[in-house]
Amino acid sequence: MTVRARGDVRGARRLFVVRELGIALALVLLVAVTTIYNPRFLNAQSRKDLMLGATILVVLAVGQAIVVITRNVDLSVGSILGLSAFATGKLFLAMPDAPIVLALAAGVGLGLLCGIVNGALIAIARVPALVVTLGTLYVFRGIDYSWAAGQQINAADMPSGFKRMGTQTLLGIPVLALFAIAVLLIAGFYLRWYRSGREMYAIGSDPAAARLSGIPVGWRVFTAMAVSGALAGLAGVLYAARFGTLDAAAGNGIELQVVAAVVVGGVAIFGGSGSVYGAALGAVLLSTIGSALPVLRIDPFWQQAVVGALILAAIGLDRALTARIAHRLRGRRARGA
Amino acid sequence: MPERAEHPAPLLTLSGVGKSFGAVHALVDGQLELCAGEVHALVGENGAGKSTLVKVLAGVHTPDAGVMALAGEPVSFSGPADARAAGIAVIYQEPTLFPDLSVAENIFMGRQPLRSLRRIDSAAMRRRTVELFARLGVRMDPDRPARGLSIADQQLVEIAKALSFEARVLVMDEPTAALSGVEVERLFAVVRSLREAGAAVLFISHRFDEVFALCERVTVMRDGRWVSTDPTAEVSVGLVVRRMVGREISQLYPKQETTAGDTVLQVRGLTRLGVFDGVSFEVRAGEIVALAGLVGAGRSEVVRAVFGVDRYDSGEVLVGGKRIPRGKPAAAMAAGIALVPEDRRQQGLVMELSIERNATLTRRWSLSRLGLLGPRIEREDAYKWTQRLQVKAGHLADPVSTLSGGNQQKVVLAKWLSTEPKVLIVDEPTRGIDVGTKAEVHRLMSQLAGEGVAVLMVSSELPEVLGMADRVLVMHEGRLVEEIARDRADEESVMLAATGQKAGPA
Repeated sequence: MTVRARGDVRGARRLFVVRELGIALALVLLVAVTTIYNPRFLNAQSRKDLMLGATILVVLAVGQAIVVITRNVDLSVGSILGLSAFATGKLFLAMPDAPIVLALAAGVGLGLLCGIVNGALIAIARVPALVVTLGTLYVFRGIDYSWAAGQQINAADMPSGFKRMGTQTLLGIPVLALFAIAVLLIAGFYLRWYRSGREMYAIGSDPAAARLSGIPVGWRVFTAMAVSGALAGLAGVLYAARFGTLDAAAGNGIELQVVAAVVVGGVAIFGGSGSVYGAALGAVLLSTIGSALPVLRIDPFWQQAVVGALILAAIGLDRALTARIAHRLRGRRARGA
Repeated sequence: MPERAEHPAPLLTLSGVGKSFGAVHALVDGQLELCAGEVHALVGENGAGKSTLVKVLAGVHTPDAGVMALAGEPVSFSGPADARAAGIAVIYQEPTLFPDLSVAENIFMGRQPLRSLRRIDSAAMRRRTVELFARLGVRMDPDRPARGLSIADQQLVEIAKALSFEARVLVMDEPTAALSGVEVERLFAVVRSLREAGAAVLFISHRFDEVFALCERVTVMRDGRWVSTDPTAEVSVGLVVRRMVGREISQLYPKQETTAGDTVLQVRGLTRLGVFDGVSFEVRAGEIVALAGLVGAGRSEVVRAVFGVDRYDSGEVLVGGKRIPRGKPAAAMAAGIALVPEDRRQQGLVMELSIERNATLTRRWSLSRLGLLGPRIEREDAYKWTQRLQVKAGHLADPVSTLSGGNQQKVVLAKWLSTEPKVLIVDEPTRGIDVGTKAEVHRLMSQLAGEGVAVLMVSSELPEVLGMADRVLVMHEGRLVEEIARDRADEESVMLAATGQKAGPA
């Protein structure tokens, strides 16, 4: 009985790993098929474009994953990105010689501020995250629009050093992508190895039990929202560096792509399980689909349908795995005497 | 047989502890004295205040009055973390684990052993988990997720958690309710070894055989108050039960004598796996039948299944000899069943809607003209029923949430009585309402039975059961264990059946 149970447990743990492996496999398959169809899909320039294309989504997905793991959601990330990107442009218009570090600090700081607003409303006013961030989605975007007042900032207005950051590579990897990789590794390390990181999972797994075991639930959720805001701010600076041309509509609607990436990446929408690595893989998969479908000469209309099907498949897989794990782990049924 | 040890100074004392929620006095005078190396039983009826007392110990509730002292020092907790830091571990009836996390993480959540850079030392955590399980004499993989663990195993994880922070006081709220015989034995062995190690254990249970086998002293509570504390060797089951119920049946219950007519509701072999099993009974016209039992015995689940809110796996429900389809409340209503649910705020009323709309919600189709529900029809009809039930309300258009609990309950009753049911099922009809309104609700039920309605009442209040019912059906752990006629029903016979004891001389 015990020996058998141990085997079952191993199997169950294998099923957990399957989620991330599955996405990685789908990604490899997609790249392989596309490359066979058109070998240029993997040449140096195209590789670089793929990585750059995924960068912003990965940064946002990491922040979103932390939030979703605590059984919350942040719908305002697109607006925060827009605000931060526009602020970066404005900063360089006002101070053309500003160091890049200052732009990064300003973007992250602005995002953090927005995240703090979200977190405070959720933790103190006890309004569900879905409602709060739906509201701030419009509020932040509205601020962005009224600040921009129809103005567009052009790439020509940006200092060349900043623009170079958007195109430079280091050992074949774009500098912007390095930011995303650093963010991913730090977040992954924190969630795996730190008490407060594990408490995020505990909160998402069972908020009531988390309160009973003395976890500062409100504070942790606040932190998660603040981090998500700060990462959206960082994504805004990266956006400015990559595209150069900025108006108030930057990042409009990206929040749903981010949530999709997180869900496809195996982070349970009701919290408690999944990893930032999975979410990042989900983001890479979604943005790669976006690049691969035109190469495969598939109607762009289908891109949306494919993303939708992937989300449904991910959720279906999630339900099936949960049911299967529960079934496997149920050593014996608890019955009254 | 528990041996009596000398307990010089109590480790934990509560005196005069009170806790109210609004107008409900859940705990009035909680008293407790726990000694190191002692297993102490806490018994009482449903609603006697045991769970509130546990939550005070756990730091979940801050008491309004009274003193709690640990090793002679007065303490006050501002949250569960404080209680844990003071060495008090609580194992709830439903263990509170994180299903997605591993067993080891569940044990050490928030207190994981650390290594350099304040990282979690997962190897040490796993090793210590294995050590804890070895001390408890169980084998469990520390890396498996908590999801899917049996209740017994979940409790062992909770006990391991208590061991891991060297808890001096271990509180167990009905730990054996969901365990099988073997699992209970294993749990007892663990509890005894904790006692040997010098821990104070508070053991809450409805099973007297366990209380007397395991515990050295027993404290009885009733109506939020301490009643007695005695060594188990010096009291009998019968005496403890009498102290638990301890009240005279007041003459508050205006039960009219009625003659029962034809059988209206028949329930045959109703089973829902793991919840209730083979429940069969009938209710005749003009009869009030009470479904008694302890919380968690499956009473509410049975009536919910009868009404079709929940599904059942096998068995059948018949009204007037006609079988009604399972899982369809609309069909049950059409057949003439009405269910006044247990929790009126969550299930009985739509709190934001007006009184009149709530009162007419069950008949929104039959009251409408040309498919439209005019405000006048609604108001006139609601007026008729609220007058009849003497609902005290300022204005019928006010939200129902502005009413007092008793008046809210009357609106729920109005809503269902207006459907002119043949079978009225009431689940805890008078919970949390004041004495005056209680009597009105009782009078109403009696009057309805007099008019030929078959009434099925779920109640945890023994005086209400004994005062109102023509017959008492007692459930214990999902089974109907006893049927007691009105003239034979008394507090002891019902309580003994509900706790799974054989009825008879105690």
